[in-house]
Amino acid sequence: MKDHATLAEEFIKDDARTNWHDETLWFVRQKRDKAAHGLPEWEQLREWASQIKNHTLSNMESYLEEFEKNALDNGVKVHWAADATEHNQIIHDIIKSKGITRIVKSKSMLTEECHLNHYLEEQGVEVVDTDLGERIVQFRHEPPSHIVLPAIHLKKQDVSDTFHEHLHTEKGNNDPTYLTRAARVHLREKFIASQLAITGVNFAIAETGGVVVCTNEGNADMGTHAADVHIACMGFEKLIPKASHLSVFLRLLARSATGQPITTYSSHFHKPRAGQEMHIVIVDNGRSDILGKADFRNALKCIRCAACFNTCPVYRRSGGFSYHTAVAGPIGSILNPNFDPKKYADLPFASSLCGSCSNVCPVKIDIHDQLWKWRQELSKGGHLPLSKKIMMKGMAFVLGRPALYRFGGASARWVLRHMPFLVKFKVNPWYKQREMPEAPKQSFRDWYIQNKKK
Amino acid sequence: MKIALFIPCYIDQFYPQVGQATLELLTKLGCEVDFPLNQTCCGQPMANSGFAAASKDCDKNFVRNFTGYDYIVGPSGSCVLHVKEHLKDDQHSEETIHIRKHIYELTEFITDVLKKEVHNAVFPHKVGLHNSCHGQRGLGLSSMSERMLPAFSKPEQLLSKVKGIQLLKPVRTDECCGFGGTFSVFEEAVSVKMGKDRIKQHEANEVEFITGVDVSCLMHLEGILKRQGSKVKTIHIAEILNTEA
Repeated sequence: MKDHATLAEEFIKDDARTNWHDETLWFVRQKRDKAAHGLPEWEQLREWASQIKNHTLSNMESYLEEFEKNALDNGVKVHWAADATEHNQIIHDIIKSKGITRIVKSKSMLTEECHLNHYLEEQGVEVVDTDLGERIVQFRHEPPSHIVLPAIHLKKQDVSDTFHEHLHTEKGNNDPTYLTRAARVHLREKFIASQLAITGVNFAIAETGGVVVCTNEGNADMGTHAADVHIACMGFEKLIPKASHLSVFLRLLARSATGQPITTYSSHFHKPRAGQEMHIVIVDNGRSDILGKADFRNALKCIRCAACFNTCPVYRRSGGFSYHTAVAGPIGSILNPNFDPKKYADLPFASSLCGSCSNVCPVKIDIHDQLWKWRQELSKGGHLPLSKKIMMKGMAFVLGRPALYRFGGASARWVLRHMPFLVKFKVNPWYKQREMPEAPKQSFRDWYIQNKKK
Repeated sequence: MKIALFIPCYIDQFYPQVGQATLELLTKLGCEVDFPLNQTCCGQPMANSGFAAASKDCDKNFVRNFTGYDYIVGPSGSCVLHVKEHLKDDQHSEETIHIRKHIYELTEFITDVLKKEVHNAVFPHKVGLHNSCHGQRGLGLSSMSERMLPAFSKPEQLLSKVKGIQLLKPVRTDECCGFGGTFSVFEEAVSVKMGKDRIKQHEANEVEFITGVDVSCLMHLEGILKRQGSKVKTIHIAEILNTEA
């Protein structure tokens, strides 16, 4: 399997497209800045959000019980899934028991994480993703490349080609309004016909037993309003204690994600309407392991706004697919190694550790510090390439011994001055696109001893 | 006040002029500065690659060299931040804590500890300011574009007193240049792309120099500038502040 550095290099080969990707996401980051600047209490809101989430994580078991009790009292069926397989099976069992064939699903990163669509396809069940971006990538058999903007890697003409193939729109018509209308007609048919609507959950409120789903397209509402069955899927970390806490999170979420003051739709689902069935599936899938790790638990505070994606100079220039996982970007780089340290050992290194991610995070996750800590964990666990290990241990040996360091430094400078061909060849990743620094005859220490030492 | 000068290894070997400028500048500002002769590396390259546990010898050597000083000052925000956050020597924990609390990057040492300005510097050029991430976001040398807090900048505060200087900022004021230590080698493609993008924004301002508080970022940018045959030069902030009429 190709690692992040290799996939990123392939992405960057198309310079114009890389620039477009970078600039598009930077534009979103700027919108976020503007929206945040509009609130004098921005930093206070972040602090509150962080504290509410920390408190919830520390009292998870009692809030989960409270949430379940209230949801049951509301007439909702609650399911518990230990992992992705259980989650997928629970949903499939509901589908089977009712003989459902027409299913719509609004955006849910959890179902991406559990590969629900793929699982159901294997059982002969088709799910239609109703978020526009999700539908586009679904047509193309691609995963989303961004958790908020799933098709951000595609340009207008790509969408036009895809729609021409699947929706028979005019070939070469790149007009966004034309294309959106075609998608709208197509999706309306699916909404009207649907028997089951699957949604994600942005916030689950312990004191009311209700869930809140945020969308800009109203697709979660259209799906659930038409279907006789609604299944809401959530990782347990979506919990917040009180409905009043939404006033903190809803103000932060859309501003951080897209620079909007609030998502167009913040839909509250508390009980099934007459004649409807409502299910909530609460998923662990590795989350309780993360909760048990002091250094990494606060990654569970994440509200999936993707502000860390948009600000990340590496993500913007390497694209979502270079992270080879459902949740990419800086937050993905600290979450995925929990699930499979070997497979995702490259991700914590897909960062210059600039720290911008931690600064934009609306719930104050110490993302870049966790990236650093993951590097140590992966090294301890033996998940890093042997060549890197040998190189680093060798450097540590030399740099830990002053005389050896001075000899090594002087030798390196001598080589650069007299035999540069030993260093200046294209396999040297520094030299490939960069000149080596000039090698002076004297080190600073040499100069100091000669000129300053008393 | 006993001050030790910390010259990171790659500055010692490849950019001695930055060490000289730092030493001379501190001396001009009335400091008595000592240079511990057996210093090597702070251990950051190994630690950032996941091998903090393997660089114990570097940590110990650092503690040995820099024990017994009131302050430790270095012309590199990144190395200073690494020492502040990660220096570890269990056999000398008190000394280690003292070092971690009293190590300063050059500009913050001048503005916060010495509380002085640099008056005699002259640099009649168009200069682009690069905000190095570890200095800025790690040490808090200046306000950051992500945070909604009052604006300030310690490097700018010092540079603003330099005669003749025309200080210019790129459109994205504090985006990373892509050096990132061993990131520059292991993620070469992204690293260089980030560097090229930074340079493009500085070149749009028609600067003659790019300056900053970290030689590492400047070394990376310099490598790309030279390969591109650009006329833009890099210069460390100490070299500008140490100029005289």
